Amino acid sequence: MAKPQLKHDPTEVRLLNIARPDAAAWTGPARDAAVKRVQEMRLPARRDEYWKYTRPDTLVDYQAPAAALFHNDEGRLFDGIDRLTIVFVDGVFDAERSDDLEMAGVRIDRLAEPADIHWAAETYGSLEAAGHYVPRALAALNTAFASDGVLIHVTGKTERPINLVYEHASETSDAMLHHVVKLDAGAEVTLLENGPAAARLNMVMEVDVADGAAFHHVRAQGRDHERRAVTHIFARLGTESVFKSFTLTVNGRLTRNECVVDLTGDNAVAHVAGACVGDGDFHHDDTVFVTHDAVDCESRQVFKKVLRNGAVGVFQGKILVKEGAQKTDGYQISQSLLLDDDSQFLAKPELEIYADDVACSHGSTSGAIDETALFYLRSRGVSRDEATDLLTLAFLAEAVDEIEAEALRADMLARLENWLKRRR
Amino acid sequence: MLEIKNLHASLEEEDKAILKGVDLTVEAGKVHAIMGPNGSGKSTLSYVLSGKDGYEVTDGTATLEGEDILDMEPEERAAAGLFLAFQYPVEIPGVGNMTFLRTAVNAQRKARGEEEMSATEFLKVVRARARTLNIDAEMLKRPVNVGFSGGEKKRNEILQMAMLEPKMCILDETDSGLDVDAMKLVADGVNALRAEGRGFLVITHYQRLLDHIKPDVVHIMADGRIVKSGGPELALEVENNGYADILAEVA
Repeated sequence: MAKPQLKHDPTEVRLLNIARPDAAAWTGPARDAAVKRVQEMRLPARRDEYWKYTRPDTLVDYQAPAAALFHNDEGRLFDGIDRLTIVFVDGVFDAERSDDLEMAGVRIDRLAEPADIHWAAETYGSLEAAGHYVPRALAALNTAFASDGVLIHVTGKTERPINLVYEHASETSDAMLHHVVKLDAGAEVTLLENGPAAARLNMVMEVDVADGAAFHHVRAQGRDHERRAVTHIFARLGTESVFKSFTLTVNGRLTRNECVVDLTGDNAVAHVAGACVGDGDFHHDDTVFVTHDAVDCESRQVFKKVLRNGAVGVFQGKILVKEGAQKTDGYQISQSLLLDDDSQFLAKPELEIYADDVACSHGSTSGAIDETALFYLRSRGVSRDEATDLLTLAFLAEAVDEIEAEALRADMLARLENWLKRRR
Repeated sequence: MLEIKNLHASLEEEDKAILKGVDLTVEAGKVHAIMGPNGSGKSTLSYVLSGKDGYEVTDGTATLEGEDILDMEPEERAAAGLFLAFQYPVEIPGVGNMTFLRTAVNAQRKARGEEEMSATEFLKVVRARARTLNIDAEMLKRPVNVGFSGGEKKRNEILQMAMLEPKMCILDETDSGLDVDAMKLVADGVNALRAEGRGFLVITHYQRLLDHIKPDVVHIMADGRIVKSGGPELALEVENNGYADILAEVA
């Protein structure tokens, strides 16, 4: 690896120390354009308003900070669900441990495959490029240099969910994954993601949801204590389409999840939800940007964080209602449960509305455990720890309830319950 | 069963004495009632006995079957057999009533070194006991006390009591907010639990609950002490003449 030349410019240092992967030619123009975007926007620095609550330096740095592997004897998530599994180890596709990429109603290719032409050429990097109402240079960096990922073209109603499993095997891995999901009109797919991915992960997922299509997304980020991740979802929604995304995060040194949703067709629905448990030196940031650019659309943001022992939770959520986006129904809530005095929750809810016939509401709360409820439970014989867990789980359940599929909801709740129990 | 001697307690935050020397013994198999005007310390007594935060015991003792309960955590008191039916049962959004009941039953069993109740056995027992209290499956599924009417909340308290089978039951103004029919239902639930090995302490403002739950002994509490004790006729006296006469008499 070359020595950094311009010590004082992190963007230049990073660009000098990153190599374009040996990738398909069709991604070339998109990657070139993305490099330009990075150079224009510059990688985030601490002074950036959009990174006020989360330090970007370890995500920007040309070397990924090492992250010890976390030995986890819990069973694999989603094991009870019939699904098509695709495994990435430290950000590299593992063919042997993945299922055949064949399923009715969907075509799956790898980004790393050297096909000549590809439908994804139109989409790759384009939703990311359109998502910079606020600069997201780490996403552009990803488009420019992502080495692997999947290209999923959903043409019908898929019978099984697709499960992307991310394993972390090396203490110094630095993964850059870029997925593109394109749903044709009326198509439906459920995408599951789980695992810690790498010591450091930069992920972009572009989701193009055509008219009447439905995209369901449930993600559980691995609990490796030292891993870092910055993820970006860019979604574009057509008329009467549905986009529902839920993320469960437990620990991890640093997590920044950005979700950018554009409602471009009338009557579209977007729900973005997250439940997060941080215990110790963990920093978790949800940054959501929903743009209403059509009539009669509904959006919901529901985020719940439970923090203790110095954990920090951040929520930056915005609803932008463009001129003409009448009858918009926008909702946003972010809440934290602080289990001690050492934890912090930082919230920046934003509404920006240019239409006059809309219903938008937002709220943010931060509180301790309800002592009255705690005493009530204890007076019935439930120990303080168990009662705290019950109340904590109840608090998080409101976000988990945003998952539409019953089995997935139960899976998430069971996993959360187990995690809370193990902490004791 | 429950023996309280010279119990003094004050509010931690205000350093204000509320209980000023309560002496009371409830024998197994007996129902004792405590009546008294507002502010006499009745509810405080129930909270101090069950271990609620915010109160400081400054003197005296309280034992359950000879065991000092004042040093125990609330959950330990519960496992030892103490139960408080709350005046204002707490709503707990997100925690299903059934989950709550099963967690409580098994937590107490575990604390006592007993085997946990299996899910099927629990379901059978809870359904049977709920039925006698007119609690339907829907109420069992809902989050604890959330959206329950006043009567439903109190019935839910009695259901918890029936499931936990405590040795010593304290009912804090269980009649408050109940209409006549609901009170009858709750009283029937309590009466069904009357047993030789179980003591009851019924705290109430009014005599009417005691028409349904017939007490063996009635105590009058005023200014943090038991000022007069007697048979059921004492409750009637209060109903007819109010507290003024009794308080004047003991002053």
